[in-house]
Amino acid sequence: MALTVRDLTVHYGPFAAVRDARLDIADGEVLALLGPSGSGKSTLLRAITGLEPVSSGSVSWDGADLAEVPVHKREFGLVFQDGQLFPHRDVAANIAFGLRMHGVPRERHAARVEELLTLVGLAGYQRRRVTELSGGQAQRVALARALAPEPRLLLLDEPLSGLDAGLREQLAIDLAELLRRSKITALLVTHDQEEAFTLADRVAVLDAGEIRQEGAVRSVWNRPADDGVARFLGVTSFLDGEARDGVVRTGLGPVELSEVDDGPVRLGLRPHGLKVSADGIPGEVTAAVHRREHLRLVVRCGESTVDAVAPAGADYRAGDSVRLTPDPDGIAVVG
Amino acid sequence: MALAHGRVIPARTVGLTLLGLLPVAFLVVFFAWPVVAIVGRGFSAGGVDTVLGDPQTWRLAGFTLVSAAASTVVAVLAGLPVAYLLARVRLPGVGLARTIVLVPFVLPTVVVGLAFRAIWPDGGVLPLVLANAFFNVAVVSRTVAGLWAHLDPRATEAARALGASPWRAFRSVTLPALGPAIASAAAVVFLFCATSFGVVLILGGGDYRTLETEIYLRTVDLLDLSGASALSLIQFAAVVATLVIGAVARRKRENAVKLKSAKITARRPRGGEWWTVGAAVAVIGLLVTPIVALLVESVSTSDGWSLAGYRALNTTGENDSLQISGWLAAKNSLAAATDATLLAMAVGLVASVVLVALRRSPGRLARGMGETMDVALMLPLGVSAVTVGFGYLVTLDALPGDLRTSPLLVPFAQALVIIPLVVRMILPVLRAVDIRLRQAAATLGASPARVWREIDFPLVARSVVAAAGFGYVVALGEFGATSFLARPDAPTLPVAVATLISRPGQLNNQMAYAACALLMVVTVVAVALIDRFGSVRGRSTVGEF
Repeated sequence: MALTVRDLTVHYGPFAAVRDARLDIADGEVLALLGPSGSGKSTLLRAITGLEPVSSGSVSWDGADLAEVPVHKREFGLVFQDGQLFPHRDVAANIAFGLRMHGVPRERHAARVEELLTLVGLAGYQRRRVTELSGGQAQRVALARALAPEPRLLLLDEPLSGLDAGLREQLAIDLAELLRRSKITALLVTHDQEEAFTLADRVAVLDAGEIRQEGAVRSVWNRPADDGVARFLGVTSFLDGEARDGVVRTGLGPVELSEVDDGPVRLGLRPHGLKVSADGIPGEVTAAVHRREHLRLVVRCGESTVDAVAPAGADYRAGDSVRLTPDPDGIAVVG
Repeated sequence: MALAHGRVIPARTVGLTLLGLLPVAFLVVFFAWPVVAIVGRGFSAGGVDTVLGDPQTWRLAGFTLVSAAASTVVAVLAGLPVAYLLARVRLPGVGLARTIVLVPFVLPTVVVGLAFRAIWPDGGVLPLVLANAFFNVAVVSRTVAGLWAHLDPRATEAARALGASPWRAFRSVTLPALGPAIASAAAVVFLFCATSFGVVLILGGGDYRTLETEIYLRTVDLLDLSGASALSLIQFAAVVATLVIGAVARRKRENAVKLKSAKITARRPRGGEWWTVGAAVAVIGLLVTPIVALLVESVSTSDGWSLAGYRALNTTGENDSLQISGWLAAKNSLAAATDATLLAMAVGLVASVVLVALRRSPGRLARGMGETMDVALMLPLGVSAVTVGFGYLVTLDALPGDLRTSPLLVPFAQALVIIPLVVRMILPVLRAVDIRLRQAAATLGASPARVWREIDFPLVARSVVAAAGFGYVVALGEFGATSFLARPDAPTLPVAVATLISRPGQLNNQMAYAACALLMVVTVVAVALIDRFGSVRGRSTVGEF
C-alpha cells in the first residue's frame, strides 16, 4: 500500500471533525472521499497533507510513519478548490515553483513547464499573468503546478467545485484521462457523486467524521452499506422484500436483481428505480416536476409515497392515476 | 483555526519568541525605561499628589481632552465626504485628491502652525482645534475609504429596493458597516490631537496649554519634574484607554462585513451624490489653502516677490540666528531621517512578522501575546515626546558609548515615532496574505522560512517600500522629540524653522517660510511616489489605521 491511514482522529477543540479514519490507497490508484459538506472529508485530506494537527492515529507512506515529517517534506501535491495560484508570479513561475523548491536545475524548468502546460491543455500560456486566467484555466494551472515536482501522492480538494457546470464536466473528463494515463496516485475530496465516479477507482463515503463505507465505485453505488450512505448516493425511498432465485418480492411487485442472496433484503430506490408504464402498481400522482431528461413524480401507492420518473414528454399532474414498474437499474441493495 | 490538540513544534515557538524579543527590547530600552525613569524621578521628588489634587491640573486635562475631541469631530466630519470620494467615485482627479489629502498629515507641525498663524495671527482655540483636525483628515478619509472601497454595494441596493431613501440607506446600512473603521480612525486621531505638541505651542501661545505643552513647560522651563510626572501619568492613562478602544474597533473590522474588489464599487456619481462630492472638494480646498498660503508667503516680502528667503538658506540667518546654515540643517534632517527610517524598518518589520506569526499560531496564549504587543507598539504615539526626550537624557548614559552626545540620539527618538506607523502599514497587508497560498507553497516543498521569503515578502514588498518612504517623510518633519534632543549646533530643518520664527527680522521669517516650502515639496513628491508605486493591487494602505 502506498498510503495507509490508521485510526486517524482530528479534533477542533472538543469536536471530533474526523474519527478513527482508516484508508488505504494503492500505487496508481485514485480514491475519492465522498461526503456531504461538513462531513470532515477536507479535514481528513488536510490531516494527510500535514496541514492539520492530528489528535491520534497515524498516516504512513510505504510503511514509514509520517508523523514527524513536515508538510514540505511529504512530497504530496495539493490542489485547492480555488487554485490559490501565487498572484505575484506568472503561469510558468507558478508551475516552476515546486521545481525550484526541490532543487531541479534551472535549465530543466522550461521544458518541464512546457510539458505540463501541454498536459493540461494550456500550451503557450507560460507568460500569462495568473490574474488574467479564467476559473477553469486557473484550476488547470494549479494542477500543473502540483504535478510539476512529481509528487508521490496528488491531493485534490474539491478541485472542480468552483467551476460552471459545463466546464466542470469537461474538466472532470480531462482530469480522469490525465490521472489514468500518467498513473498518478491521487486522493480526491468531493461532495459530487458524478465527479467521484468519473475520476476515482474507489470511493470512501464519509458522514459526521466517520468513514461509513469504502470500496470500488460500482459496488458502493449498487450496495450502499446503510440507509445514510444510500440516501447520500441518491436513494429517496426504501423497500423491504424477500429474495429468491434472483427475484425480490416486494410490496410494489417483483424486482429482478441478480447477485442477491436468498432471504430478506432491503432495497433502496432512486427516482428512476420506478417508471411509469402501462401495467404495474397503481398509484396517484401528488406532485410533478419537469427535469431536463425526464418528468419526476411523487406518487402515493397505498400507504407509501415513492419517487418515480416518466419520459420527458409525458404530462402528468397532481391527482392523475399512474401505474409503476420497478427498474433494476435504479435500485440498490442496502446493507 | 485548529486548536492545539496535536504536537506543538517547540523549535519554532522558541525561534519566534527570540525574534519577538528584538522589538520588545528596543521598546523597553528606548521607550519604557526613559519614560519610567522620568516618572520615577517625579515621584521621588514628591509633590505628585499635590499636582494631582490641584484643580488647575484637571482643568488642563479637561481642556486637552475637550479640544482633542473637538478636533476629532471636525476631522471625522471633514474626512467622511473625502472618504466617499476616494472610495466610491470614479472621476478624473480622484487619484490626485488621494495624494493631496495625505500631504497635511506628514507636514512638519511647525509648518502647519506657521500656516495657521498666517491666517490667525493671534492664535486661539479655534485655529488650534482646526489645525489639529487639518493634520488628521487624511487618517479618517483614508482609513474609512480603505474599508468603504471594499464594501459590497449590494447591501445598500437591497435597502433601497426595500424602500429606504438614499440617506436612510446610508444611515442604516453603510454607516454601521463603516463604524469600526470610523471608530478606529477616530481613536488614532484623538490620540494624535491629545498629544499634539508643535501646533499647540505655536498657536496656543501662553493662554491655551495642553498636557503635552505643560509637560514641556514644567520640564524645560520650570524644572518641575514631579509636576511633569503627574501630568505624564494622566496623559498615559488617557492614551492607553484610547488605544484599547481603537484595538477593539479594529478587531471588529477584521471580521466585519462582506468585502469586494475595490474596482467594482467605484463609479460616476449621480443625483444627490454630487453634493457629497462637492463637500469633499470643499474640504480638499480647505486643506490646500494653508499650503498655498505658505508657498505664497515664502516668495513675498514687503518689497514684492523675492527669492530672498531661499537664497538666505545659504546663511545662518539674520543676526546669526542659527549656528549653521539652512542647507546644513537640511542635510542634518536628511541624515537623521535616513538613520531613523533604517532603524524603524528593522524593528517594525521584525515586529510585524512576529505579530503575524503569533496570530497565525494556534495557541490562545500566543494570540493574546500578539494582541498585547500590537497595542504596546502603538504606545509611543501617545506618550509625550518631551517625556521620552528628557528620559533619554537621564537614562541613556548607562548604555555603553554614551548615546546622549551621539548623533544617533535624534534618529532613535524619531524611529520611536515612526515605528507604530510602519507597523500599521505593513501588518494589515501581511495579515491579508491568504494562508492557503502559504500552504500551497509548503506542499510544493517550501520550508517555513522559504514560505516567508517566496510568498509573504514578495506580496508585501510594495507596502514595505511605501512604509519606508512614509516613515522617512514623517521623520523629516518630526518636531517634538527632535526639538528637545537635537544639539543647537546640529538642528534639523524643522527645529531651525522654529528657531528662525522665534527671532526678530524679516529675513528670518522669509527663510523659515522658504525652509517650510522645501520640506513641503519633499513631502509632496515622496507621498506622490508612494501612492503611485507603493500600492498593493490598486490599494494603498498609507495613512490607514
